[in-house]
Amino acid sequence: MEYIIIIIGAVFVNNIVLAQFLGICPYLGVSAKVPTSVGMSGAVMFVMTLATLVTFLIFNYILVPLNIEYLQTISYILVVASLVQMVEIILKKVSPALYQALGIFLPLIVTNCAILGVTILAVREDYGFNLLEAVVFAIGNALGFALTIIIFAGIREHLDLVDVPKGMRGAPAALVVAGILALAFMGFANLV
Amino acid sequence: MGQLQNFSKGFIRENPVLVLLLGLCPALGVTTSAFNGLGMGLATTFVLVSSNIVVSLIKNLIPAKVRIPSFIVVIASFVTITQLVMEAYLPALFDSLGLFIPLIVVNCLVMGRAEAFASKNDTFSAIIDGLGMGLGFAFALTLLGGLREILGAGEFFGLSLFPGDGMLVFVLAPGAFIGLGYLVALNNIVKKKLDKTA
Repeated sequence: MEYIIIIIGAVFVNNIVLAQFLGICPYLGVSAKVPTSVGMSGAVMFVMTLATLVTFLIFNYILVPLNIEYLQTISYILVVASLVQMVEIILKKVSPALYQALGIFLPLIVTNCAILGVTILAVREDYGFNLLEAVVFAIGNALGFALTIIIFAGIREHLDLVDVPKGMRGAPAALVVAGILALAFMGFANLV
Repeated sequence: MGQLQNFSKGFIRENPVLVLLLGLCPALGVTTSAFNGLGMGLATTFVLVSSNIVVSLIKNLIPAKVRIPSFIVVIASFVTITQLVMEAYLPALFDSLGLFIPLIVVNCLVMGRAEAFASKNDTFSAIIDGLGMGLGFAFALTLLGGLREILGAGEFFGLSLFPGDGMLVFVLAPGAFIGLGYLVALNNIVKKKLDKTA
């Protein structure tokens, strides 16, 4: 039950994109077509879960015992960057099909602040997550990212066909649409 | 390109937020008030200028293949310094900016300037570039923060402008997206006017 609450909270109530403003770059950048947004979501879910697992262990078993929590930012970004490299190499060998699908999105993920954001949030003291809860939290956030970016891509495909006022074409219209989507997600507030 | 132009390009023509659409996460996440926007903008400017200086100094020492990881370590060090200094001297601002301070590391703006400008130019130009881009970022964030604060709470930098509550939606998440959308559209128009007169 606890895990279900964590997932619902992460997907709907504190949605990572629309309520916490993390991962806006890929949200606006790769949401022009539905298939690319599905590929990006897959890559994010993969890396986010793995990165949270690894950084959670590093934080609690290396940084905290040695009293060097202030190295959190540096160590996390190195973990995320090298993890992405490693995942890319392993995928290429083990599953070329999956690599074909996710490959081009993997390098983009290093600068996706959603990944770094979730890994930092997962060890916050006021949440007090254990390892399994932290991983579930990461999966929930990845699902939330997937849900919003796929919905947004669906809307943007239709937006291309609409006659938008000249000054608002492109990014401004997309941002206003994102705002309305955020308004819709506010309906989920206080659900959990 | 003169140094003056190098400095001023970040404000309208190549504004990192309004034109290049870089660093949108902090731009949307912290701008619930003009003060928060300014604070975030200045913290990013500090990291940007410092990392530009170091990157332009060490650009000949690091092999091309490992330059991106080296830049990340340089940027992450300055972010950690900012984080510690802010926690010590500006605890209130530190709390309201929260998660977005460590996330300056993955702000594409900082990495982008290190890779595209500082690694190819001399130190003085890199400082001017960092200052211009950083202050342009701060300008956009203060503008968005001010807009949301005025419409959402009826205040500007904490000074009450009109009585009552204002439209709360502008302080909440949707107002960030909608406000930024209209600012980008407005900047497009201003830029077009400038191009015509130039």
